Order: sequence, then C-alpha cells, then structure tokens
Amino acid sequence: MRWTETFRSGLDAVRAHRLRSALTMLGIVIGVSSVILTVGLGLGAQDQVRRQIDALGSNLLIVSPGSSTSSSGVRGGFGSAATLTLADADALAQREVAPDVGAVAPVTTGSAALSAGTANWTTNLVGTTATWPAVRGRTLAAGRFLTSDEVAGAANVVVLGQDSATELFAVGNPVGRTVTVAGTPMTVVGVLAPTGATEESTSEDDLALVPVGTAKRLTGAADAPVSAIYVQAASADVLSAAHQEITGLLLNLHGVAEADADFTIATQESLLEAANATNRTLTILLGGVAAISLLVGGIGVMNIMLVAVTERVREIGLRKALGATPRAIRRQFLVEAGVLGTAGGVAGVGLGVAGALVLPGLIGQPVSVSALAAAAAIAVALAIGLGFGVYPASRAARLTPIDALRNE
Amino acid sequence: MAPIIELRDVCKTYATGAIEVAALRGVSLTIGEGEFVAIAGPSGSGKSTLMHILGCLDVPTSGGYRLAGGDVAALGEAHLATIRNRRIGFVFQQFNLLARMTALRNVELPLVYAGVGRHERRERAAAALARVGLADRTGHRPGELSGGQQQRVAVARALVTDPALLLADEPTGNLDSASSAEVLGLFTELHAAGRTIVLITHEHEIAARAQRVVRMRDGLLAEGVPA
Repeated sequence: MRWTETFRSGLDAVRAHRLRSALTMLGIVIGVSSVILTVGLGLGAQDQVRRQIDALGSNLLIVSPGSSTSSSGVRGGFGSAATLTLADADALAQREVAPDVGAVAPVTTGSAALSAGTANWTTNLVGTTATWPAVRGRTLAAGRFLTSDEVAGAANVVVLGQDSATELFAVGNPVGRTVTVAGTPMTVVGVLAPTGATEESTSEDDLALVPVGTAKRLTGAADAPVSAIYVQAASADVLSAAHQEITGLLLNLHGVAEADADFTIATQESLLEAANATNRTLTILLGGVAAISLLVGGIGVMNIMLVAVTERVREIGLRKALGATPRAIRRQFLVEAGVLGTAGGVAGVGLGVAGALVLPGLIGQPVSVSALAAAAAIAVALAIGLGFGVYPASRAARLTPIDALRNE
Repeated sequence: MAPIIELRDVCKTYATGAIEVAALRGVSLTIGEGEFVAIAGPSGSGKSTLMHILGCLDVPTSGGYRLAGGDVAALGEAHLATIRNRRIGFVFQQFNLLARMTALRNVELPLVYAGVGRHERRERAAAALARVGLADRTGHRPGELSGGQQQRVAVARALVTDPALLLADEPTGNLDSASSAEVLGLFTELHAAGRTIVLITHEHEIAARAQRVVRMRDGLLAEGVPA
C-alpha cells in the first residue's frame, strides 16, 4: 500500500468522526498551546530583563559592597558593613592604576520627598558624580547634567528623571525651576531622556540625581557609604582586564585577601545570567505542567485509537481478506494517530499564538512566540500521536482475519 | 483441466479452552480450472472452516493445500495476505463494503494493496463495475445502493484483481429472492466466461445452480452430483 493512499485513508477516518476527532485532539491542543505560552512567557521575561540590563549602559561593571559566596555575583551580603567609599571610586578613576577602566561613577541611593509648588513626589534620590551619564549611557532631554564643580562643591542642583519631572511639573520646562528636598530649595538643571524601556515605568526614569555631597547632606548621613560604583571598561575587549584591575586595586585598598573580599563585581552578563536562572526555573516548572497535559492528550489519542480499532474490527478483517498485510494495517492506524496528533499540534500552535497576542494585555507580561518552539511543539504532538498509536495499531495488526470478519 | 485447488487430507483442530474441536477431519478435494463448485452443508458441518482454509484466511493443522500450483499450507500471515490479494476474490454474506467510500473506491481497494497506480486502478475498477452492470453507480456510496447492487459491487471488487478463484460465502444470505436471482445469474455468467467459482451455502436451491456440489457433514466430505 502506498503512502499517499495510507494518508488519504487516515484523513478519511479522522474526518468520518469529526466531533470525536476534535475532542480527542483537544488534549493535545491544550497541551501544545500551554507549552507555546509558557515558553513564550519565559522568553518574554528574558527579553525584558535583557532590555533592562542593556539599559544600564554598555561594558559595565557594577561594584557593590559585601562579599559574595557564589560566582554569579549577586548574592552580596548587604547586611555586612558597607565598605565602598568615594575614595575607592577616585582610586579606580586613576588611569595609572587601572588603565582599562574608562569611566567611574559612584552612587549613593536613598529615598526623598520632592515638592514643587503643590506637587509632591517621593522618588529615589541618587547622589553621584559628573561622569554618571557617560558611564550609564544616558542622555539629557533638556538642560545639562551636574558639573564637576557642582559635585565638588555639593551644590544645591538636581537633574530629574523623565517620570519624576512629569510628576512634579505637569506643564512647562522644569529646567531653571526649583524643587524643595527636605526643606532645601534645589535648582533643576536638567531632565534625563527616557530609557526607552516602554512597557512600564522603571526606576531608571523615576529618580532625582544630585551631587554626591549634597545627597549626604540631605539624607543626614554623616559618612554615607557608596551603595555602588558603576565602572565602564574602556572597551568590550578589556572587560575582564578591567575586572581584574578593580579586584586587585580594591583588595589592596581595603587590605584584605581575595578570600575575604568585602565587595562584589557584577557584569551585565552575570546579572543577566542570574535573572535568567530564576526565569528558567519558573519556565521549566510551567513547561513541566504543560508537558503533563500533552501526555494526558496522548493518552486520549490512545484511548480513541483503541476504540477505533474495536469499532472497526470488521473493516480490519475485510482489508486483511483483500490482501492487507499486518504491516499495512499497523501503518494505517499509526498514520491515523499521527494525523490526530499533528492536527492537534497545529491547532494548539494557533491557539497558543492567539493567546500570545491577547495575554500581554491581560497580565502585563510580554509573551514572545518562537518559531522554533512552535515547530518543536508540532513535532512533539506528532511524536505523541505516533507513540500512543503504536499499541492500538499493533492490536489491529495482530487481529486474525477470521476473528475480525466473524465479529458482528 | 489444470487443478486450481488441491486439498490433501486436511485437518483443522481448534482448541477451545481444554477441549479440542476437530472442525475438519481429513478433507481431500480437487477443483479444476473453470469449475463452478458448491460446498453445501448444515451449520457446524465445517464448511466455514473449509472456506477459511480455501480462502487462505487460515492454515490447516495438518495436510496439504496447493492453490494454483503453489503450496500455501504453511505460509506466514504476510505471505497469506499477498496470496489472498493476488489469487482469491471474496464475496461475503454481509457484503462488507466500506460505508465511507464510493463504489469505485471500494472496488479499488484490493488494487491499493497490490500497489497498482492510481490511474490504472481507476480504470480497472470502473471496468469491473461495468462488468457487473453498475457502470452508472461508481460514485454512489454503499448506503445509496440496494442490497443486490451492493453485492454486485462486492463481486466487482472480487473480480478486479483477476483472481484464480472466486470464493463466495453465502452470497445470497442477506438478499431477497429477486436480488438473489440477480447475483446468482451473475455467477452463472462468470462461470460461462471461464471463472473458477466456489460457493458456500446451506441452501439446496442455491447449491443446485452449481455444476458440482460437495456436501459436508461432521468435518468430512460427501461428494455427490447436483440434486
């Protein structure tokens, strides 16, 4: 029997019981679409994280206080003494000791209530230096950034993030106007351009930048430690060289051995990896649930194929009498199961893609459908159809023609 | 006349639980080319078992069977399927047409298993349907045909591979007398055209249409002349 004939008869059989075939496929449809959606959610979250981490700047090394116990570099013990100082940042900025370091921007972070006229807004108050926009790859939408002189003199000037500016000054250009922070009037000298992370307002667009000395004064911390030092490597090629220079220099400055390091250096890559590790766990968990529903769908296919074999015993007997070999019969039922599986897979991909279009609007999470995942899901659906069709098909093939024909 | 069928001392025993039932107890039978033979006997006489063995649907427990010169007594399932496909055309009491397919596709079915190409298959199936007088019914499904017409489609299906032997098992058992006459007339015609036909029946009038009647009783043959 030729393959085209086998396919034709498989399609005929599936079409002959439309409702039953549709219900049988439903399990596979649900399984495949949930695989598409969970993988899509995982990928979407991964893209989002990548965009956020890319938005930090390029060729970035982030030095944070506290030691780490894992090489991924994010399990910093912030509870231990805050050990980074402005002196560390100054030392890193010296080209003679750290030639592969491009620019250095220390930051202190705190929260502060800002007011302008009747508007009030509580935001992140970030103390930093004039190098911050260069290191973080940020530009200004209006005005200018803090100057070195203002930083040195701890002047009462502030640069606002886009969202903070909008909250405080609904209309007009904020540049040149005054905001009050903890009773101190400050002049707005600039507004940052938005990061372009469009999905949601991130803290990257909601912040107020002031000279590091000013921040110390406003928050009242006598010797406010630095919460992070952003270091930009001179180029992508020297990222690891810069990493080593920073490590050596800070160990030296702090007078500790490498094993007792009281700081952590994270790269964008390591941040991404850490974030993805979390996502991956979740994706695997959800994917596992989806895989179980695929399995249940496969059992549904097997169940219906067993019914089909029982129901069509006479047909099997007749086909055998007319010259169908056991192999031809087995192939016929396998193809039928494969058709059910594949059709379910295609419908499931359709449903999954439709879900991927609708879901982001409902749960506010991006879902990216990958063509690879879709193709893999269809292939798996086909494999499930065939896998669960083997037993019913062998049963059909093993029927003896006399018993099959005698069946009423 | 070259023999089409040579059965030599064929026995068939079924094991039903602990009890062994001897359905055939040494049957020898020779049927020549172009013969029209009726195998008659009451139910339980073993004629169905004989028909299964003649049709290569089953193999004898002991004894020899040569079909069209080839030994088929000890072949495996796949080989038997090929023999059935090439050498034997079946006509059943229940017609056994596939309800989802048109008359033409039902008749094509044995050719599908023979691996004949689509175009040739269509031509041969149409010719076989024309042969049984149903040239204008090729596109009808079995449900749209009368019982007599359905059985004629089944005869066309049995003829389409040009088999050495036409094996009919109670072909008129489900038909009214007019349709029965129609189908039996067709057999007579085919016999006149040189076909070898073996007809299994329990009705004497039907058996009487054959050229030669073989009677079965308790798993043994009692050969006789047409009554």
